Amino acid sequence: MLSGRLGATLLRITPRRRVSIFSKGGWRWLGLVCLIALPTLVPIIAVFGGAFNADPELLQHLQQYVLPRVALNTFLLVVGVTVLAGSLGTALAWLIAVYDFPGRRYLSWALLLPMAVPGYVMAFVFIGLFEFAGPAQTLLREIFGSSLRVPSIRSTGGVILVMSLTLYPYVYLIARNAFLTQGRQALEVGLSLGLSRRRAFLRVALPLARPWIAGGVLLVAMETLADFGTVAAFNYDTFTTAIYQAWFSLFSIGSAMQLASLLIILALLLLLTEQALRGRARYTSKASTTPPRIRLRGAHALMASIGASSVFALAFVLPFTQLLIWAVQSISIELNVSYIQATLNSLMLAAGAAGLITAMGLLLSYTRRRRLDLAGRAMARLATIGYALPGPVLAIGIFVPLASLSNTLTAWLPQGSGVITLQTTLLTLMLAYAARFLAVGHTPVQANMQRLTPTLDDAATGMGVTGWRLLTRLHLPLLRGGLFTAATLVFVDVMKEMPITLMTRPYGWDTLAVQIFELTAEGQWQRAALPGVVLVAAGLVPVILLTRRGEKSGAA
Amino acid sequence: MPETSKLSSVIAFFLILASIVTLSGCGQQQDDSNSITVYSARQEHLIKPLFDRYTEETGVAIRYITDSAGALLQRLGAEAQNTPADILLTVDAGNLWQAAQQDALQPINSPTLEEHIPKYLRDPDNQWFGLSVRARTIVYSTDRVKRAELSTYAALAEPQWRNRLCLRTAKKVYNQSLVAMLIVAHGEEQAEKIVKGWVNNLAAPPFADDVAVMNAIVAGQCDVGIVNSYYFGRLQKDDPEIPLALFWANQTQDGVHVNVSGAGVTRHSNNPEGATKLLEWLSAGEAQGLFAALDLEYPANPKVKAAPLVRAWGEYRPNVINVAKAGELQATAVKLMDRAGYH
Repeated sequence: MLSGRLGATLLRITPRRRVSIFSKGGWRWLGLVCLIALPTLVPIIAVFGGAFNADPELLQHLQQYVLPRVALNTFLLVVGVTVLAGSLGTALAWLIAVYDFPGRRYLSWALLLPMAVPGYVMAFVFIGLFEFAGPAQTLLREIFGSSLRVPSIRSTGGVILVMSLTLYPYVYLIARNAFLTQGRQALEVGLSLGLSRRRAFLRVALPLARPWIAGGVLLVAMETLADFGTVAAFNYDTFTTAIYQAWFSLFSIGSAMQLASLLIILALLLLLTEQALRGRARYTSKASTTPPRIRLRGAHALMASIGASSVFALAFVLPFTQLLIWAVQSISIELNVSYIQATLNSLMLAAGAAGLITAMGLLLSYTRRRRLDLAGRAMARLATIGYALPGPVLAIGIFVPLASLSNTLTAWLPQGSGVITLQTTLLTLMLAYAARFLAVGHTPVQANMQRLTPTLDDAATGMGVTGWRLLTRLHLPLLRGGLFTAATLVFVDVMKEMPITLMTRPYGWDTLAVQIFELTAEGQWQRAALPGVVLVAAGLVPVILLTRRGEKSGAA
Repeated sequence: MPETSKLSSVIAFFLILASIVTLSGCGQQQDDSNSITVYSARQEHLIKPLFDRYTEETGVAIRYITDSAGALLQRLGAEAQNTPADILLTVDAGNLWQAAQQDALQPINSPTLEEHIPKYLRDPDNQWFGLSVRARTIVYSTDRVKRAELSTYAALAEPQWRNRLCLRTAKKVYNQSLVAMLIVAHGEEQAEKIVKGWVNNLAAPPFADDVAVMNAIVAGQCDVGIVNSYYFGRLQKDDPEIPLALFWANQTQDGVHVNVSGAGVTRHSNNPEGATKLLEWLSAGEAQGLFAALDLEYPANPKVKAAPLVRAWGEYRPNVINVAKAGELQATAVKLMDRAGYH
C-alpha cells in the first residue's frame, strides 16, 4: 500500500533465484560467509561444547536462586534500554535531519559524542554524582533538611537511564543517515497527502526508516545483553553477571557456559525479532532532489534547542567535566610516558580493527546481496551474534582453542626450537575483535546496501562488470556513508573494549582501556580519570570526522 | 573514477595497516633463560616499582602481564606446558587456593619463604605464599557510633543495626572469603542466619565497592560497614579528619578476618629457581615493606613493619585459621549468600 503510494521513490526488489551450494559458483559465496563467520563460530561452539559439563547440583541452585532474578532483570533492562535509547535516538535524528533550529549544526555532531564515553565510566560518574553520598543529594539535603529522600540512582530506572545515554547514539547515527537521505522527501509526500507533520512522521517517514531504526536498536539490545561494566557498577544482576559468578566465584565453567548458551539463544531471539520488525518488505530508493529543512520558529525552535542540548549536557558534558576535574586532581601521580605508548597502542588497534572489521562487514553485505539459501542466511546472521556475548566469553572461547592448537604445533617442532603462542598475537586479538564487533561493522553497511536497487547490479552485469569490480566500482562509492559509519563505530567500540584486549594482547600492547582496568580493579576511579579522558578524547576524533562527512553528504 | 580509487586506497591502507599490526606480533620472543615472566592480578602500579628495583639489583629481567585472576588462571590452564609464565601473582586466598586446586602451581621448597611467611598465610603444601595482608573489618561513623557498641561481624546482624548497615556486593571475592570464615566459625546454618541478619539490617542495596560503603557512612546513609583496611587507609590519607574509624572485629573470639595477596611458581615454569628467588626477595626486608606499603597493607612477614599510617590503627589479633580455607569454602559461601538474598 505504502510502496504503491510512494512508487515514485521506492522500488520493490524483484525476487531472484536463491544461491545455494548446488547453484553455479554457489559454494564460493557460502565459503566466504563461513570464513567471515569463523571467528564467531569458534567461541560459540566452545560455549555449547562446554555447557555439557555442568554440575547438576549447582544448576539446581542457579535455577532456584539466581536465574529467576537475573532473567527478570535482564528482560527489564533490555526492554527499558531499547525503548528509551531507541526513542531518544530516533526523535533526535528526526529533529536534526528534518528541521532547522538554533544550534542544530553543532548539536548534529555533538549528540554523537556520548558514544565515546565507556558505559562503566558513565555509570561511575552518575552514581558518584547522584547517589545519597553524592554532591547533588547532599545539596538537596542541606536545602530541604536531612529527612529528604529522593529516588535512588542505583535502581532499575537508573541503570536503564545511564545505559540509554551511552547507547542512544548508535540509533541516532544510523537513523539520521536514513532521515537525511529520505526523511524530508517522505515528509513532503505525507504533507502533500494532507497529513499533519506529526502524522506524516508516524505514518510515512517512520515506517520507511524502519530497517535502519531496527538495525540500530538491535545493536543497542545486543550491547545491553553483553554489558558487564555498567551493570556491575550498579550492582544490577543480569545474565552476564551470573556468568561471571558461576565462572569466577563458583569456578564452574560448565555452568558458566550453560548460562552463556542461554544468552546466545536470547540473542538469536533478538535477531529474529528484528527480522520480524523489519518486515518482509525491502526498501530501495532512487536519489532525487531533497527538499530544504523546515525552519522552526519561536517556541518550537526553543523547545527543539533546549531538548537536544539537555540530552547532550546530561550524556556528555556532565560526565566529561567530572572526568576532567578528577584527571586534573590526579595528573601529578598518574602522568608518565607509558600514556603515550598506551594511547598509540589504542589508536593502532582501533584503526586496524576498524579497517578489518568494516571490510568484513562489507563482504558480508555483498554476499547477503546474492539471495542466499537458508543455510547461507543463517550463517550470515550468526556471524554477527558476538555483539551480544560478554567479552570474556568470546576472549576465552577463542584463546583456549588457539592455545591448544599452539601446543599441538609446538609438540611437532623439534625439541628446544621454541614455543608457538598463536593465542597472544595481534592476529588473534584482531579475530577476537572481529567476533565481538562484526555486527557493528556490518549493520550500517547493510542498511545502505539494501537501499541500492538490484537493477543497478543487473545493469552493471549487463555491461560486463561483475564480482570484485562490481563491488569496488559500483557499490563502494555508493556505500561511503555506511562504511564510514561502520568504521567509526568499530573504532570507538574497540577503544573502549576491555576483557578481550586484556586476555589476548601480546606483551607491550597495553592500551588505555588496560590502564583503566588496572586502576578501577581496586576502585581507584578518580585516578582512572586521566586514561579515561584520553580515551574519550581519542575516540572523539573519528566521531567528529564522521559527522563532518555525514553533514556534507547529507547536505549534498 | 577518482573517487573510487581514493576510496580503494583508503581501504588498502587499512588492510595493510591491519596486516602490519598483525604480523608484528607473530615474531616469537625466545625467553632468555634468566628472565622471569609474571602473570599478575595485582595492579601494575603496585608491582612495577618492585620489579624495577629487583632488575636493578640482580640484572634479572622481569616481564609481566596483568589481567583479572580468573582470566589468568584460565590462561595458565590453556597454555599448559607451554606457558611463558613463571609466577602467578594474585589477590585473595580464594583465587590462590583455586590455582593450586587446578594444578597451575608447584610446591616451592624454600626454607627462606617458610621462615618469613607464617603458616596460616601460605598454602599447606607450599604451593603459594602470602606476600601482603589486608584485614577485612568493621568501619564505623565516629559521629554516630560508640566503640563499645561494636564487637563481632555476627553482632552486625542484631536488630540494633536495623537500617544502619552498609555492605559491598556479595559478588566481590573479599566478602565471599569473609563468609567462608563465618562458616568455619559458626557452621553453615548459623552463618546463613547471620548473613540474613545483615541483609535485614541494610540501609541501602549493596554497593559496588568498599569506598562507596565508606562514603555512604560519612554522608549519613548508614553507620557501620565492613571494608578492607587499605581502602580506609586511602581515604584517611586524602582526608586525615574523616569521621570514620576502623574497629578490630572478633578480638575476643577468633580474631579479625585477614586475607592475602600472594604468589606461587607455575607448574610449568621454565625458571622455577629464578622465580623462587624473586619470591624470597619479596618476602623480606625493604622489598617486603614496600610491597605492603604501596597499597597500605600489612607485610606478611611479621618481622617487617607496616607503614606509619597503617601502624597508627593499632595492633590486632588476626584469625589464624589458614586462609586457604576461604578458597575451599568459597563456593559454599557464594551459594549461602544467594540463599540469604545478599547480592
